[in-house]
Amino acid sequence: MNTSVKTGHLKNHTSFIQTLRHSLTMAYRGILKIRRTPEQLFDVTLQPIIFTLMFTYIFGGAISGDVQSYLPVIIPGILVQTVITTSIVTGVQLREDMDKGVFDRFKSLPIARIAPLAGALLADTIRYTIATVLTFTMGYIMGYRPEGGLGFVVLAALLVILVSWSMSWIFAFFGVISRTASSVQGISMLVLFPLTFMSNAFVPSDTMPKWLQWFVDINPISHVVSAVRELTNSGSVGTDMVWSLVGAAAIVAVFAPITVRAYMRRT
Amino acid sequence: MEYKSVKRPNNGDWAVEANGLVKVFGDNRAVDGVDLNVKAGSIYGVLGPNGAGKTTTIRMLATLLRPDAGSARIFGHDVSKESQIVRQLIGVTGQYASVDESLSATENLIIFSRLLGLGRAEAKKKAADLLEEFGLTEAAKRPLKNFSGGMRRRLDLAASLIAQPPLIFLDEPTTGLDPRTRAQMWDTIRRLVKTGSTVLLTTQYLDEADQLADRIAVIDRGHVVAEGTVDELKQSVGTSSLHLRVENQSDIEIARQTVEHVLQVQSTLTSEAAKITAPMANADLITDLLISLREKGITLSEVSVQKPTLDEVFLTITGHGVEDEKTNDTVKETKRAEAVNA
Repeated sequence: MNTSVKTGHLKNHTSFIQTLRHSLTMAYRGILKIRRTPEQLFDVTLQPIIFTLMFTYIFGGAISGDVQSYLPVIIPGILVQTVITTSIVTGVQLREDMDKGVFDRFKSLPIARIAPLAGALLADTIRYTIATVLTFTMGYIMGYRPEGGLGFVVLAALLVILVSWSMSWIFAFFGVISRTASSVQGISMLVLFPLTFMSNAFVPSDTMPKWLQWFVDINPISHVVSAVRELTNSGSVGTDMVWSLVGAAAIVAVFAPITVRAYMRRT
Repeated sequence: MEYKSVKRPNNGDWAVEANGLVKVFGDNRAVDGVDLNVKAGSIYGVLGPNGAGKTTTIRMLATLLRPDAGSARIFGHDVSKESQIVRQLIGVTGQYASVDESLSATENLIIFSRLLGLGRAEAKKKAADLLEEFGLTEAAKRPLKNFSGGMRRRLDLAASLIAQPPLIFLDEPTTGLDPRTRAQMWDTIRRLVKTGSTVLLTTQYLDEADQLADRIAVIDRGHVVAEGTVDELKQSVGTSSLHLRVENQSDIEIARQTVEHVLQVQSTLTSEAAKITAPMANADLITDLLISLREKGITLSEVSVQKPTLDEVFLTITGHGVEDEKTNDTVKETKRAEAVNA
């Protein structure tokens, strides 16, 4: 039996549908890995619980007079901060993963070059979902009742997950170009720490000096926090939502291509 | 599982045509103008010590590394320009198992099968078939962390065979395996070629190349220093060599004359160890030699017949031994001995 196949049938490019399929398979791999090592979910389970409790009770009285009236301010803030911080782990794990022999096989397979990266990032949206659900749950237990209603809370959750996924491309880029996993962690924290704290996530910006207010107002994180507050607290969609989505799209448009290129160059 | 006959591309006779491949890492010209031509349907061995450029060459042919100069074609397709086509024609088993440590054997094979375009049910069946074929069914669900080196290699090879590629690269497929597992691996490789696949393997062992390969290229410091069939290569080295050690140092000159007289060859003498070494073409002559030595009243302390080692092949072909690597190996051996003692 000789099934003679001419190489003329083979194509040198991967179609969009194939790319999607390959990425989904790689995401499936990521989910299997999470299932095998559930201990790597510690940070996304503990961080929302501890941070929500801590920040609410420490800042609540000072900023809003009492804890109850601080909740609508802090829960969206803490949500954005926690979930985006979680996306750093994506870059760290990608670096660790890429050092293993299995990435050699992925590179030698006729699959879309972006798939191993896109799949890993896609699987990590599970982590963002866990962090999001836990933060809202903690808020609810502490007495937070978002006036926008459940529908808008879900919409806000989706927005935060989408933004974090977009941000994770930045950390994936660091992951691909850095030599060690710990340097990814270091450089990512250095970028993210000022970005989340120099925003309106924890305190209103009107007590800050003028120059800082200026930065807080243009900080994309502030726009995401405001968008989440509008959605959960009043059930409305405003310009902040638009800016958040534009920002997220811009990050992916810039970082996805350069990350893939760096990934292909690195061997 | 029975191998189906693989896709045989219609491209003439050559599975691999490499011309003047060069790869430079910093100051180190790891591969410095390698030419290789591998006929479809054959086993081709690339023989050389560690650091000779074997792995780098394979990585360039397998599209994992871009050549700095030169060109290579796989079944007529350029590795740089048509890399995605080349990837559909090859399977790569690396020196270090390229499988996912954190997943089970089945999960690994299912993911690779899905990536290669198999459906959900097909992938499952393929994984089960391959695991059975490679004797891994019992370990299928266990995490790979508990796998032995041999099991890992087998799984790795199984993963390379999912798409039944017409060309398979094996980078040192048996390094670090025990003799029994090594023999199993050899059987598997032989079976592959029967189904029509071409195999390009690298090895540090002349013995392995001898067992498997139709043709061999000897590579050293990034260059191909010899190329030919196994027999051609062996003839240049001699089939085996005789080592003799005499009891009394004073007998050594007579012993040497006897050896040269009976075997009709030039011998070499290592004085400090009182050892005589001579190439030997005909094993039968050893009886004559021993009788003759007994008649002359020479007592032997040691006698052995050895296959030419990679060292000797190198010495003959390049005029220098595998010095650097040899010291390395000695260090490794010492370390291993220490580990055993500890």
